[in-house]
Amino acid sequence: MDIIICVKRIPMTQEVDLEIDDSGKDIKKDALAYVVNDWDNYAIEESVILKEKLGGTVTVITVGDEDDEDVLRRALAMGADKAIRIEPGELELDGFLISNILAQVIKGLEYDLVLTGVQADDDNFGMVGIMLAEKLGLAHSAVVTGFEAEGSEATINVELEGGLDEVSKIKLPALLSIQTGINEPRYVSIMGIRKAGKKELNVVKVEDIGLSDEELVRQTIIEEYFLPPETEGAEMIEGDPSNVAEAILRILKEKGVSV
Amino acid sequence: MGEILVVVEHRQGEVRDITFEMLFKAGELCKEFSHTLTAVVLGGKEEQFIDEVAKRSDNVIYYEDDRLKNFSADLYKEVLNGLIEETRPFITLIGHSSWGMDLAPSLSIKTGYPLATDCVDILIEDGHPKVIRQIYSGKVFSKMSFKESDGYIVTVRPGSFQPPETIEEKNGGVIKKDLPGDLPEMRKKFIEFIDSGAGDVDITQADLLVSVGRGIGEAENVQAMKELAERMGGVLACSRPVVDKNWLPKYYQVGTSGKSVKPKVYLAFGISGAFQHLAGITGAGTVIAINKDKKAPIFRVADYGVVDDLFKVADALKEQLKEG
Ligand SMILES: Cc1cc2nc3c(=O)[nH]c(=O)nc-3n(C[C@H](O)[C@H](O)[C@H](O)COP(=O)(O)OP(=O)(O)OC[C@H]3O[C@@H](n4cnc5c(N)ncnc54)[C@H](O)[C@@H]3O)c2cc1C
Repeated sequence: MDIIICVKRIPMTQEVDLEIDDSGKDIKKDALAYVVNDWDNYAIEESVILKEKLGGTVTVITVGDEDDEDVLRRALAMGADKAIRIEPGELELDGFLISNILAQVIKGLEYDLVLTGVQADDDNFGMVGIMLAEKLGLAHSAVVTGFEAEGSEATINVELEGGLDEVSKIKLPALLSIQTGINEPRYVSIMGIRKAGKKELNVVKVEDIGLSDEELVRQTIIEEYFLPPETEGAEMIEGDPSNVAEAILRILKEKGVSV
Repeated sequence: MGEILVVVEHRQGEVRDITFEMLFKAGELCKEFSHTLTAVVLGGKEEQFIDEVAKRSDNVIYYEDDRLKNFSADLYKEVLNGLIEETRPFITLIGHSSWGMDLAPSLSIKTGYPLATDCVDILIEDGHPKVIRQIYSGKVFSKMSFKESDGYIVTVRPGSFQPPETIEEKNGGVIKKDLPGDLPEMRKKFIEFIDSGAGDVDITQADLLVSVGRGIGEAENVQAMKELAERMGGVLACSRPVVDKNWLPKYYQVGTSGKSVKPKVYLAFGISGAFQHLAGITGAGTVIAINKDKKAPIFRVADYGVVDDLFKVADALKEQLKEG
């Protein structure tokens, strides 16, 4: 089974005070550390598991600049065979435009399955995968938590709200957006990444893939970014841990919880 | 005057809450801007909920066919694309649910209508729709507009709009339609629903939940928090990453894809407050959040907050309980 997987590198924003930059349309990113998007990590693992079981190749793709090659190398270390980075240059990207670019490149490749993460943990659109499916004319499913291939079909699990799963059969080739928890992503060592440096990593420029200027226009426009209002929110319990613990136990008692 | 089209989400014969939330918001926008509110149902024969939808809409379009009993992105996309080509609605609203995430992006490509997903508010300024979204795990808000088009598609985050208990009834007329005859082959076939949530602990009945998130760091720490929960006479619960890492079984998970809980007190240790998690605790009496990050979004919805290392607070609680 030949698999293509689309990934993204995102900034880590937990435990960081985010600030809006001067344009008012982005956050200040200089001091942030970057990682592979969690959902994509599960998708990479799934593709490698499938390759190990069924044979075939795994090609990992990202639309991004040179620094984003980190996540490609990491995927190669996990077991992907080759990587493609599409350099967007100065283009302003949105989910629609990324899916246009990916579709144009993937069109020319051989595959039975395309995987993406459900969403990326930065701007949370959750749209690139399924837009890509529609452009490639593929069967698709979002929020997939199980996959079992049987010839030209697969049985999949889709996670719904409220602890219910939907089981269906889908024709291949298909595009699936992978949900966290579908597997246990393997550990990647620095040594592993170094070794994977020998694998093929191709860079293509977006102006060379054959999209017209009209096809390189985004559909959404950021008007502004702003920080949530400070006024709303919790009453803060101050003090050292023992004061805090005392206060918590007091609240429990007030609310009728017997400890 | 344009039309706002709401795609009704239903499952196993029942309308999902997100539908009422969208109908409510669409109703407000229609009132303010003199638009027409049309709900579209793709359902099986004689669905029982049509009246409930009609009460909240100016018109209901009901595609009635047993092939539409269960959601299918392929079918929905074909049918809705046909309808949209015919009526050119100004805004089409779809729930940002698992099904909505499968439908909306493909419908957007098919119709050519620009899409904004996971929106928490919708505005119309100078005749143009704008949306508010939460990004970076809810730490930043963004206001977005669209490339010019005659129609737009917006998916709505569940829980963003709260319809009042009593509504002004509209009594929309129901127009029944048949499925188009020339449908392409369906590439996905529904087989069954399965319950992924059953287990031997029931977090939905507890008065006190001690809930742990990714901040717990390692599998070994979960056991210590379980002991603390028990010492406090409560039950352990968790956020999704803890289940994803197999540190706890799925039936401990709180949130949209886990359980909705209603304890008197919910203690959240190292949980950032993603909307999928918060959706599970709207029924909680009091929420106390402990998080190292003073900007964690959970502090915006919690009743009480503690900015500290969760392990220090947990240890202090254990100490106090020993003394007490
Ligand atoms: C379709 C779909 C369905 C989903 N369903 C659910 C669901 O049902 N339930 C759910 O929970 N999520 C669900 N999610 C995932 C959700 O989007 C978030 O990714 C998840 O809730 C984050 O969990 P968390 O808060 O534990 O982790 P994080 O967001 O990583 O937050 C960890 C927090 O711990 C804090 N922290 C770290 N170390 C410490 C310490 N030592 N002391 C104190 N604080 C510390 C950090 O500051 C951070 O705020 C779903 C996602 C999707 C796409």
